[in-house]
Amino acid sequence: MLEGYLQIAIFVAVLVALVKPVGIYLARVFGNERVVLTPVVGPVERLAYRAFRVRPEAEGQDWKQYARSLIVFSLLFWIVLYLILRTQGLQPFNPQGFHSGPWDLSFNTASSFITNTNWQFYGGETTLTYFAQMAGLAVQNFVSAAVGIAVVAALIRGIVARSGRSIGNFWQDVTRILLYVLLPISIVGALFLVSQGVIQNLSNYSVIHTLTGGTQILGQGPVASQEVIKELGTNGGGFFNVNSAYPFENSSGLTNFVEMLLILVIPASLTYTYGRMVGSQRQGWAIFSAMFVLFIAGVVVVYMAEQHGTPVLHAAGVHTHAVAGSTGGNLEGKEQRFGIADSSLWTAITTVTSCGAVNAAFESLSGIGGAVPFANLGFSEVVFGGVGTGLYSMLLYVLLAVFIGGLMVGRTPEYLGKKIGAREIKLVSLGVLFTPLAVLLSAGTASATTLGNRSLYAGFNPSGLSETLYAYLSQANNNGSAFAGYTGFIQPHAPGNVGAYGITFANLLGGAVMVLARFAPIIFVLAVAGALAGKKVAPAGLGTMRTDNPTFVFLLIGIVILVGALTFFPAILLGPVSNGLSGRLFE
Amino acid sequence: MITGLRRDLGTAVIAIVGMTVVLGLLYPLAITGISQVVFPGAANGSKVSVDGKVVGSHLIGQEFKGKAWFHSRPSATGYSGNVTFFGNASPNSKEARDEYREELAAYVRLNKPYDHSLTRADVPVDAVTQSASGVDPDISEANAAIQAHRIAAVRHLPLAKVEELISQNTDNRSLGVLGEPGVNVLELNVAIDKEAPLK
Repeated sequence: MLEGYLQIAIFVAVLVALVKPVGIYLARVFGNERVVLTPVVGPVERLAYRAFRVRPEAEGQDWKQYARSLIVFSLLFWIVLYLILRTQGLQPFNPQGFHSGPWDLSFNTASSFITNTNWQFYGGETTLTYFAQMAGLAVQNFVSAAVGIAVVAALIRGIVARSGRSIGNFWQDVTRILLYVLLPISIVGALFLVSQGVIQNLSNYSVIHTLTGGTQILGQGPVASQEVIKELGTNGGGFFNVNSAYPFENSSGLTNFVEMLLILVIPASLTYTYGRMVGSQRQGWAIFSAMFVLFIAGVVVVYMAEQHGTPVLHAAGVHTHAVAGSTGGNLEGKEQRFGIADSSLWTAITTVTSCGAVNAAFESLSGIGGAVPFANLGFSEVVFGGVGTGLYSMLLYVLLAVFIGGLMVGRTPEYLGKKIGAREIKLVSLGVLFTPLAVLLSAGTASATTLGNRSLYAGFNPSGLSETLYAYLSQANNNGSAFAGYTGFIQPHAPGNVGAYGITFANLLGGAVMVLARFAPIIFVLAVAGALAGKKVAPAGLGTMRTDNPTFVFLLIGIVILVGALTFFPAILLGPVSNGLSGRLFE
Repeated sequence: MITGLRRDLGTAVIAIVGMTVVLGLLYPLAITGISQVVFPGAANGSKVSVDGKVVGSHLIGQEFKGKAWFHSRPSATGYSGNVTFFGNASPNSKEARDEYREELAAYVRLNKPYDHSLTRADVPVDAVTQSASGVDPDISEANAAIQAHRIAAVRHLPLAKVEELISQNTDNRSLGVLGEPGVNVLELNVAIDKEAPLK
């Protein structure tokens, strides 16, 4: 396991080293300052504002205007994406001649990509045209990520504003994030991935006559350009059905390392951006520390659990200890080139963030290893979290911690000089509780009625409960990873959509949950931003509770765990934990 | 309020069209163009050829049966390169236990005649578990070392020669530290077949 821990240590070191430079860069982008790319990108940016007919420097938006622009933009884009998914037969870049799949699946998929979830009931290489992948899904990988980052920029502006109304301009935020952050990194990253074997073409699928005289058809496509933004924007929707386990998406230990870094770099660096914008790096590092502790704990638990193996492997007499030339451990649903360590690290990364791309099959994780993704999602994606979404969700928890801490010491809660009043706490509570509530109601409906039964693969046992609970946990938290036995799409004649049909209940409920649990919290967050923006700043006094010291970090971690655990602990016990602790085998 | 909404609608339409063109067409097509010029081999799937004929991809595993070839890891998808899915064997499933038992028995049955000391306890995990992609191109070094005895005997090669070919076709950890070493089964079989062709 030493080599494994070494890899994890290297990864963490590189990530931490990137937090400051990337954090500063992001702060300059949010602050409309000059950055190194301005000479190249500046003209494009100005052209975009002319086309959009906005004058951002003159048009700061209050929170309602900001929210309205965001909702209008996202809803219209939802319609466009749905239409793209419905008109596949008419599209160029369709060498396999795919027609559209069932409407309810398109509803689920459009909702999934507009919300940065990238939950996939469909398999990309068997159902989608290259056009739909590029101009439909990959566009949303950029745009939904930019929207999430824009919201956190707006919230930070609200926190630091001095009795103002404006929290920034939505169109400017999205444009700058796309042009200065997401697109440039994607161009460099995509070319790097191609150089390492990730494919990038528009060809027909290759028909291969194999070495022993068989036939193998190899799916092709513009993969690298989508792969990079899939990670960088914490989207997670694979070009191929098996996502980043597929060698054409993730070809080696090096691409795996780079892809993991792409997933975490923006969410982690945003904490530094935050510290810089509020004028105290210690505030940023405090939040980073709370996230970091919860992240590392998850990594270690998955790694140890997966290295130990599973009850079924042991029952069958497979020896799972490491020997010379073999990693040992639970390699079911994992790739040899990643082994146990990199599969475990990826599993933790993709679930603390709202990425949801996978390089190993979650359903085949050991019980305790599988409980970590559950816990990470149960924390409502605040441990680094999605791009933007992670930090703004965590800031809600910070305000909650300030409030609870204030109650404990008997003082009016205040954060960074601003008094936290009843209105803010109501909005924060709504923002914190909306997603867990959506999970419990939807997963409860699916498991307590017969409506969810058709989606099950594992059957009526702990693994089956895990599938259902995780499906709605993942969709509501806009993560998109899956215990992939759970399905909403039946495709008897794959590849192609001929004769395929959707499970309408799973598609519609999931789609609705994704949209509601994305946009309702965004509105609450922007409302908090608006409420805070209007407040005066009072100097910190002797009685002010500090929010940049270890005590506060401890309090924050405690509250994140408490809310997550109280909500989901019973259900997680019945699913993965009973698999892990009982060691019993089920039909 | 209404004028604001109308303005947002107008801006949104223009933004959606612009972003779809730039991010959805210009960007991927430009990356495709550059890749096809600069990295044509990798961009088209790292194909492996024998005598000018493409026999597969370095990155995509294939099915090998019989005594004369190194075998790939078990696959849930029949080594499909165009219909991929996870096997989803759960960690507490009786069905999976029975499958592992069969895989173990089959592996020992195939290799024991050439490696008499082989027991079930020696079989590396990767040899009996399904990979994630269904087309894992690699097997572990321990797995290859066991199969080497069989290949040497069947192909009438010295064991040392087979072991040399294994080490030549092992992809080590990237940069010496990242990932796990894996023996590329297709490349290894190509090399073996070149060294000692099947009659």
